[in-house]
Amino acid sequence: MNEHEQEHTLSYRFLGMILLGLVLLTAVTVAVSYRHWGFLNVPIALFVASSKATLVLLFFMHIKYEGMVIKVSFISTVVVLAIMISFTFWDVAFR
Amino acid sequence: MEKTIDKTGVRIGMWIFLYSEIILFGGLFVLYAVYFHAFPDDFASGGKELNRIFGTANTLVLLFSSFTVAASITAIQRSKKIQSMTLLVISILCGLIFLINKYFEWGAKFEHGLYPNSEHLLEADPGFIIFFGLYYTITGLHGLHVIIGMTLLAISLVLVMRNRVSAERYAMLENSGLYWHLVDLIWIFVFPLFYLVL
Amino acid sequence: MEQVKSFYETPSPPGLTGIKAWLLTHDHKRLALMYLWVVMFWLVLAIFIGLALRLELMFIGETIMPPEIYNSFFTLHGVIMIFLFVIPAIPAIFGNFFLPIQIGADDVFFPRLNLFSWYLYVIGGLTAIVSLFTGDGFADTGWTFYVPFSITTETNVSLTVTAAFILGMSSMLTGLNFVTTVHRMRVKGMGWMQIPLFTWSLYATAWVQILATPVVSITLVLVVLERFLHIGLFDPDKGGDPLLYQHLFWMYSHPAVYIMILPGMGVISEIIPVFSRKAIFGYKGIVVSSMAIAIAGSLVWAHHMYTSGMSDVSVFVFSLLTFLVAIPTAVKVFSWVSTMYKGSILMTPPLLLALLFIYLFSVGGLTGLVLGAAGTDIHVHDTQFVVAHFHFTMFGGTGFAFFAALHYWWPKMFGIMYDFKKAYIGSVLTAVGFIFHYVPMLILGLQGMPRRYFDYLPQFETGNFLAGFGGFLMVAGLMLMFVNLWSSFRQRVQASDDPWGGTTLEWKVPSPPPLHNFVEIPNVMEYPYDFSEVLSKAAQNRG
Repeated sequence: MNEHEQEHTLSYRFLGMILLGLVLLTAVTVAVSYRHWGFLNVPIALFVASSKATLVLLFFMHIKYEGMVIKVSFISTVVVLAIMISFTFWDVAFR
Repeated sequence: MEKTIDKTGVRIGMWIFLYSEIILFGGLFVLYAVYFHAFPDDFASGGKELNRIFGTANTLVLLFSSFTVAASITAIQRSKKIQSMTLLVISILCGLIFLINKYFEWGAKFEHGLYPNSEHLLEADPGFIIFFGLYYTITGLHGLHVIIGMTLLAISLVLVMRNRVSAERYAMLENSGLYWHLVDLIWIFVFPLFYLVL
Repeated sequence: MEQVKSFYETPSPPGLTGIKAWLLTHDHKRLALMYLWVVMFWLVLAIFIGLALRLELMFIGETIMPPEIYNSFFTLHGVIMIFLFVIPAIPAIFGNFFLPIQIGADDVFFPRLNLFSWYLYVIGGLTAIVSLFTGDGFADTGWTFYVPFSITTETNVSLTVTAAFILGMSSMLTGLNFVTTVHRMRVKGMGWMQIPLFTWSLYATAWVQILATPVVSITLVLVVLERFLHIGLFDPDKGGDPLLYQHLFWMYSHPAVYIMILPGMGVISEIIPVFSRKAIFGYKGIVVSSMAIAIAGSLVWAHHMYTSGMSDVSVFVFSLLTFLVAIPTAVKVFSWVSTMYKGSILMTPPLLLALLFIYLFSVGGLTGLVLGAAGTDIHVHDTQFVVAHFHFTMFGGTGFAFFAALHYWWPKMFGIMYDFKKAYIGSVLTAVGFIFHYVPMLILGLQGMPRRYFDYLPQFETGNFLAGFGGFLMVAGLMLMFVNLWSSFRQRVQASDDPWGGTTLEWKVPSPPPLHNFVEIPNVMEYPYDFSEVLSKAAQNRG
């Protein structure tokens, strides 16, 4: 097919760096959970989790090197999930 | 039509399958979001019942196994068969460790009488019951996915051993890897939602 | 061209002869036909179950069955029609057969997965049959499996739900296959705006299948878990919220009605231009509206729940969003009608069925607005009006599109032509019976007769009798239609490669197509509905 089909080989070193980043983020989120900032704890935990997920997706799952089809459809899936959750709150948040 | 394997197409197919898995868990996350909104205090006290050390250990185990799977693909791309196999074995062992951890965790909860429809649990507040209902449903489904992922990795391992997966043709290994990363991805969210929401 | 062997005649590889040549095939055309026969079996079964229900309701009191059987029968009718007929019919049969040909491919992207989907479909159907005769009988919950009844009823809900789970999986994998095929296997020269509209509609449908089906899968799993482990996620005693079941269920099942109707709309978009000998009006508009329906249709699920006690804000929001779906739907209807305007119309059975589709589906769509508006919905919620509405869309819409597709592609699939006269009579009889059957139900609903009730008050007698009478007419018409198609196998009137004057790629290959679909790499037209060649050829023949 026309688009370049070059396979990306990521070095062990680079993958190791990603792992290190993931472990550090895990440490951060566990550390934060021992502090009580009330409402703030939840957004922080979710933000850290999303960052970790992004790292896994981009590099371990090679999404960074994929074509538009996978990138766009992945984002659409996340949007669908967000709609599923948020639209349910039209009901439960206003009952 | 030429009969070369369209690797990008295979990957698109695999990703689409992963989307369906994401939405499958998504349904449970909808429930989690709504019930967390309804019972924030009960969820906090439920989270205190769970062992943060266990959870963290399992998170690290899964992250490490994700790394070894990604590395095994790098190894096969470089035609390092033995390295790739070793990394896969380590990944499968990590999965096993995860499951054993989970077994002890669940076992401890059962001993405290915290399992679905147990007498002890039914005396608790509604939100507490729901928290554990979700905990068992989501981690149970996730555990099932860990087992499926390990099976896929084991199949890939055999294929690498028989040279059916090689530097030219490694779609099977790559797709099993994607599946394994997805299992990790879901845990990345499950971990804070259950263990760290205090 | 005449010398090419069709896929029926191409000898199978050794070890794959006889029945194995079908059961182990990877050929999308054979799989399509295997789907056809299984789907037809379920369709006919569910038609007669439906007829039995209506016969029961024709007269007050018990007529032919006791109430328990009635409850199981309407559940069975719903489950079969939804999961085993309407959802798979057009994509699995005509999609499998024609999607690869329309984009110039020799098969779908994952042929083995395609075979696997067929087996899942068959296993799902068998599971439904097994659930009929084991445990305490078939589920009596209606096809919606609402909690708490589905959790507490003694009947065999778990197995019925498992059947639905397996069928959902099959439908999802078919969608996966189609999306990948459309992305990766288009013949050189076919850009996105050269794809025929039927394939476009399947592509839009496939995305809904992929992204909506898992929601119902997990919901049904939860029902089974509740039944066995009593976790309490939907049980108010344990803090659960039964309304969330409805949310999750409709999160799939509302998009699912677009899984059902979009392929039907695709069929109509193929048939109308061919028999008007005129380029389709607003090709891009139809493409965009297909995608718009797929997206907007996923945002409106809670309009099934206006009376369930959810918040007023969500009633307002979902009612508003529901009206938005009407826009792309109307774009399609106007495009079809405008295509026919000033076209040179050639009347054939597929066109007649397509016209009936437009009429019946429009009624279905407009009655849908009555239900979509929260105020009027409260009056007719859970009445016969709702039953009539969704039969107008699902049967008058998808059902008639399915019959239209059968008549349109029959000569291509089998290489033979059926008798036109009987096809006309069958179609008209079905439509007349249809009107007699469902219009009384619209009125009964407005008068307040609830759905799913075994018996009724004397004032509803006339309407129910009329509806039953219409039901018999309709079934007679359907049977005539099917027998007519079946008898074409006896008469074997040969059909030409392009009996209708179609322009999409499936009409450029022999009927029935050869094993690899194309003998030479097909030539893709700049615009898929360009009839200038067809018209000039017709003019030559005349002069």
